[in-house]
This record gives sequence, C-alpha cells and structure tokens, in this order.
Amino acid sequence: MIKNPVRKEQFVKWVLVAFALSSLLFLFLIFMFILFEGLPLFHKVGLKNIIMGSKWAPTKGFFGIYPMIVSSFFVTFGALFIGAPMGLSCAIYLSEYSGKRMKMFLKPALELLAGIPSVVYGFLGVIYIVPLIRNYIGGSGFSLLATSIILGIMILPTIISISFDSLVSVPKTYREGSFAMGATKWQTIYKVVLPAARSGILASFILGMGRAIGETMAVIMIAGNALRIPTSILDPLRTLTGNIALELAYATGDHRLGLFSTGVVLLIIIMILNYIANFGIKRKM
Amino acid sequence: MRINPRFTNKFVQIGLNFQAFFTVSILVIIVAIICFKGLPYVNFEFIFAYPEDMGRLGGIFPSIAGTILLALLSILFATPLGVGTAIFLTEYTKESLFTKIIRFGVESLAGIPSILYGLFGFIFFVIKLRMGWSLLAGVLTITIMILPTIIRTSEEAIKAVPRNLRMVSYSLSATKWETVTKVVLPSAIPGILTGIMLSVGRAVGETAAVIFTMGSSLRLPTSLMDSGRTMAVHFYILAREGISMEKAYGTALVLVVSILLINVLAYYIMNKAISKYS
Amino acid sequence: MVRKFGIIAVALATLIISCSGKPADRTKKDKHTITIAGSTSVMPFTEKLAEHFMIDNRKFVIDVQGGGSTAGIQACLNNTVNIGMSSRELKEEEKMLNTIIICYDGITIVVHPKNPLKAMTLQQVSRIFSGEITNWNQLGWINREIDAVTREEGSGTRSSFEELVMKEREIDDGIMVQDSNGSVKEVIATDPYAIGYISLGLVDQRVKPLTINGVIPSIRSIKTGRYKIVRPFLYVTNGELDEDGRKFVNFVLSKDGQNILKKEGLVGFYD
Repeated sequence: MIKNPVRKEQFVKWVLVAFALSSLLFLFLIFMFILFEGLPLFHKVGLKNIIMGSKWAPTKGFFGIYPMIVSSFFVTFGALFIGAPMGLSCAIYLSEYSGKRMKMFLKPALELLAGIPSVVYGFLGVIYIVPLIRNYIGGSGFSLLATSIILGIMILPTIISISFDSLVSVPKTYREGSFAMGATKWQTIYKVVLPAARSGILASFILGMGRAIGETMAVIMIAGNALRIPTSILDPLRTLTGNIALELAYATGDHRLGLFSTGVVLLIIIMILNYIANFGIKRKM
Repeated sequence: MRINPRFTNKFVQIGLNFQAFFTVSILVIIVAIICFKGLPYVNFEFIFAYPEDMGRLGGIFPSIAGTILLALLSILFATPLGVGTAIFLTEYTKESLFTKIIRFGVESLAGIPSILYGLFGFIFFVIKLRMGWSLLAGVLTITIMILPTIIRTSEEAIKAVPRNLRMVSYSLSATKWETVTKVVLPSAIPGILTGIMLSVGRAVGETAAVIFTMGSSLRLPTSLMDSGRTMAVHFYILAREGISMEKAYGTALVLVVSILLINVLAYYIMNKAISKYS
Repeated sequence: MVRKFGIIAVALATLIISCSGKPADRTKKDKHTITIAGSTSVMPFTEKLAEHFMIDNRKFVIDVQGGGSTAGIQACLNNTVNIGMSSRELKEEEKMLNTIIICYDGITIVVHPKNPLKAMTLQQVSRIFSGEITNWNQLGWINREIDAVTREEGSGTRSSFEELVMKEREIDDGIMVQDSNGSVKEVIATDPYAIGYISLGLVDQRVKPLTINGVIPSIRSIKTGRYKIVRPFLYVTNGELDEDGRKFVNFVLSKDGQNILKKEGLVGFYD
C-alpha cells in the first residue's frame, strides 16, 4: 500500500473520480450500443417508414412501429388517468390529514407496493382483472383497460412519494396564513397548498408516466399484444416495450435491428420525460 | 347554489380517508391473495428440492440459489462503485459543472426502464463480449441497474452525518480519507445499508433485464458462465406457460415474502438511523 | 470496511478473469456439457428428454435454452450451441446445416371446451386469422366476437401455420399475439371465445382440438398422412456432432427416447 499520506490522498481521490465517472461510462455504453444497433435500420428503411409506418412484419421487411408508439401513449395516459387522482389524494391525506403514527405506518406500506415485482402484478391482472372485464364489460379482457388499471396501480408509489414530498415542503406559514383568514382545511389545501406544490406534483405525474411507458413484463401478460392501434378501451394493443420483450429472444438480422430501433424510440421518449421531470419543471424544495 | 364550505371540508376529508384506505387495501389484497393461494404448496421440500418435469413437480431450489447469487454478486459490484461515487460527490468536490454532469448521468440511469437494460445487456455482454446467457452477464446488467439507487441513498446518508463530526476529526489532524473511512462512513452505514437492501429487493424482483441476460436454464449455476433462472423468471415462466399454477403461486409467495422482508428491513434500518440523528 | 470491499472486489475481478475467455473448454474438462437452444415448441420436449438422459448419464449436463427456431439455427451457425432446435424446415440459406428429424408434430387448432363447435374447414380457420370472419355467429354459434390468438413474428409454429393454413392470406394485425405455445394455451383455456393454434403434444382437457377438413388431429391421423397441418421437429448441427452430442441424439432416436416423445403426444418413428 501507499505509505506517503499525501500521495495516498491523491490516489484515493483519483480512484473515487474513476468510480464517479463509471456511471457516465455506463450511460454512454447503453446509449452507444442501443443507438449503434438501432440507427442503421433508420438509415436503411427510412425514419418515416419506421416512426410513421403502420405495418410491423420484420421478417417481410416492414418495420413500422407507429401503432406501438400510439399504444404506449394510450396505456400511459390510461395509467395516469387511474393512478394520478388516487396517488394525489393519498399524498394529500398523508401530508395534511393523517396523524404521525398513521403516517409512520402508511408511508412504508404504500412504498412496499413499489417492491412487488411487475410479473406478480401481471399475473394477478391475468387471473383477476382480465376475466372480470371479459365477463362484465366485453371483449377478450386483454385490453387497454386492463393494462391501464394494472399500470395505474403500479405507478401509485412514484406519484405518492414525490407529490407527498412536494406537499410537505410547502412552508407551514402558508397554511397558517390561510387559516387565519378563516378558510377551512380543504379551502386551504385547494387554494394554497396545492398551487404551491404544483410543480412537484406535476413532476410526480411525469415520472409516473415514465414508469408506465417503460413497464414490460406486466404489460405483455395483459395487453394482448395485437399490432393494430386500439379503437376502444376493450381492444388489445402492443406497446414499444412489449414489442421488444415478445420478439427479442427470437430475432436475428434485420428483425433484431428493428427491435433495437424500437428501443431507440423508447429511449428517446424516456429521456425527454425524465428531462422534463428533473430539470424542465423547477421544483420548489 | 353555494355549498357550505364546512360541508365540503368534511366531505373531502371522508373521501381522502377512504382513498388512503382503498390504496392500502390494494397492497393488503395482493399480499393476501398470494399468501392464501401459495401457502398450501410451500414447505421444506418446495424450497430445498430440485424441480422435475420443467417445474411441474418438485421444488424451486435452483431458482432460489440463482436469485441469491444474482443479488449478492450485483451488490458486491455495485456497492463499492456506488458508495465511492457518493463519497466523491459529497466529500471530495464542491458543486460544479462536473458534479452536475455526474448527477445528470445518475438521474438518467435511474430513469431507464429495465427492458432497455435487458436490451443493452443482451447486445453488449451476451453477444459482443461473448458471455452468452450467463450469471455474469446478468450480474453486470443488474449492477448498472441498481447503481443509481445505491448512489442516491448513500449520498443522502453521508450528507446527513453532522458537520461537526468531520471538524473534530480534521482538528485531530486526520487526513480526508481517514476522516471518511473512520468517521463519516461508520455513521452513514445504516443509510447505505438501506440503499443496498432496496437494491437487493429490486434485483430479486426483476424479470425483463434478467431473462435476456442470464437466460432461463432451469439448473443451479455452478460458474459465472452458467445460465440460470431467478425466482421471478421461474414464476413468470410457470404462470405464463401454464405449467403449474400451484407451483406458480408457491414461487410467488416465496418471492413476494422475501422482497417484503428485505424492504421492511430496509425501512427499519432507515428509521433507526433517522432517530439516531434527530 | 472500505478495504474489505476493495479486497472482495479484487477477488471477484480475478474470479471473473479466470472464468471468462474460453468457458466451454473449461467446463468440458470436468463434466460433459451439451448446449441446446432454439424453438420454444421443441424446448419442453428436449428438457424432458434431457432429464431422462441425465438420470442414466450422471456426468452429462444438458443446457436447454429457448430463443426460437431462427435464433437456434443462428446460434448453431455461430457454434455457440452444440445443437439447435427448430420447429420449421430450414430455409435455402440455412441448408448447409445437418438436420436430424426427431419426430413430427401436428399443429392443432384449439378452442375453449365450452365452445360447441367441433369442426372447421381449413379455409374457415384461415379466414378467422386473416380477419374476414370476426364473429362466432358467422360460424353458427352465438353473436360474440372471436378472440383469435396467434404467435409472434419469428416463431417456427407461426411460420409453419402461415405456410400450411394461411397460404396466401396474411394474419391480421388485430389478432392477439402471445409468445409461446404455453401462453397461447393459457389464453384459450381461460377465454371461452378464443381460438388459437398449438402443438398437438400440449393439448389436454383444458382446451378442445377442432376437427379440420373432417380429420381429427391425432398421432394416428398424422401417421397415416390424413391430418395435413404437420411440421417436423428438427435438431440441427453445424458439421459433425462431437461424441457427447451424438450420445444424446442417439438416445433421442432410440426406442426409449421416442417412447418419451410419444407419451407427450408427438409422432415418433416406432409404434
């Protein structure tokens, strides 16, 4: 080992710099390899034929993923439609209404929802939600609706924990001022606290969207994976992630490149969402 | 018509109570279903026996071992890298463009969905580095995936260590590295452990990134180059292929209970750490 | 604490370096490893054969992976596996590989047991999957949409189905897609209005096979050549197999091996 303390200090510092750079290196590798595999096809087939093409038959030379892009956004907004109100009201309850002991119990319990593996959500969706929809609403049950419900539940922990943080960080004086003017608790929350925490709540929704659009295993189990753009909430659909997971193990040659192109599109969408959530929205914290 | 604000207030309060109750009950229902359906099939033999007939009979021992191997090895790689990064960001540098870039990298890694990690691991480790579907390829992929969690939690844990502890150490003419290893890290260990436990939970529950890098061979991996199957992957295959619903529920029970225990342990450690400093 | 991590990291790094390089050569010294990958249709049967084979040959380790017919053939071409599995005939550009037919498999059109329909014509099946027939009342059952399930692009079962059933028609984009025989069967077994196609070997009481053009799919009707939707299950090898691989293939083609396949509902070479 190095004896001289000054040199040792230097050595340690450079090792730590190398460690810190490793994250950047990994990010770079991930980008490079997905782009490296995915971009040649854009060149060969044409950007428009991939992004706007509506036919996916890679073994026959069609690489259109437009229906999957649209479907991915459908399930994401579906999930948000279900998860956002539920998550936000839980966050409001936790930050404004619950007692300290209740909070100590509820918050970890809700965060445990995030720990349950996505395959388990998918499985329960297939066993319970899909037949329920098939028997009482219609269609095969493998549908936009079923997928939205399951994804809505899966994004709850993200929405709850981030909007909770932003609600808690609203200064106490805001609330006291409102109460002093004779407002009820709900008026205070609705008119003062929520607007003050607006950007954090918005960020939680966008990160929730990121989670929903990236979810894979649960989605291929319940979405039905049909290639057409769904025309009703009872139609099956295939997301970008589902397309990769269904066919990756099988694919060779251009077919595999097509899946990497799907990955490129997914990566770009995710990066945009993350950028908006982390930097675009100035969180007041 | 004007609704009495006091009425609205009461109404909203009841509604929010109900909503919170409803959300927690989802968790309870999920765990209850898995427990009731899975408990009859989980016994000593189920956990320690090898599967027969593609998992239709016998136990799930190789997948439990595969899960433990994957999680432990990933942690072994990710912990030094993650904690080192956190030490660098908190102790060795001031906020600058450089730290901003690194933080951006970490945030971006955290946001990438697991299927893209799978895609990357498949093309880079499995194909380009010729590892094949192997434990090693799985471990390296999961290492990158859990790195952001470990960095973030370690950073917060290190930041929470009071300034004056460091000052005392420096005043005793300790070097920076001595201060970090002898003073800062020991106090930050509970927080770091929480991050590690959460990462273990994530590795145990992961499917998409694992199935394309570690493969799904149903046997005990005996070297890093062997393919293997984690519990989550085994459960996915059992359930999706309809091989055996009984074994699927049994596997789900072992899987969910171990993840819940890991997470509860993580929160317990975190709470202890928080109460120590406040 | 930190030093400990350092030591562990170094130890691990050494371990990895020593393990990487030529993994296949290393493992072959102490045990006989045969790697097999490919069609998910053939995989379950190969796993079963491997289980039996390994009982009698304790020194052998047989590594069976899925991946699909095309991937299995490619892996065989790159020599990453000893044996590739395929559930479709080889294409022109793949013909340089040796093929071993291990058995024949009928693709069965299956519906839910509650479905009263017992028979269809090949043309009706292809019109369902091409999206021309979308409602069960067009086939004389209730007024309810048909939930048809197909396999994904690249699957050997799908390409055999396209070739033998669809012919010049194309599978419609609105049809649901599942990525294995087993998952198609799960959908059919739980949805009373579903129809799909799976290996004859996987048919059990949870799904109902349909009579096609008047012929009931069975080992017998496949053997006599009356049931037409039949494809071979192939093992493919790049050049000559080594001794270990040959031993396993000989077992598969032996009476014992073929009996195992027969029990699983496949059509072998013995009676």
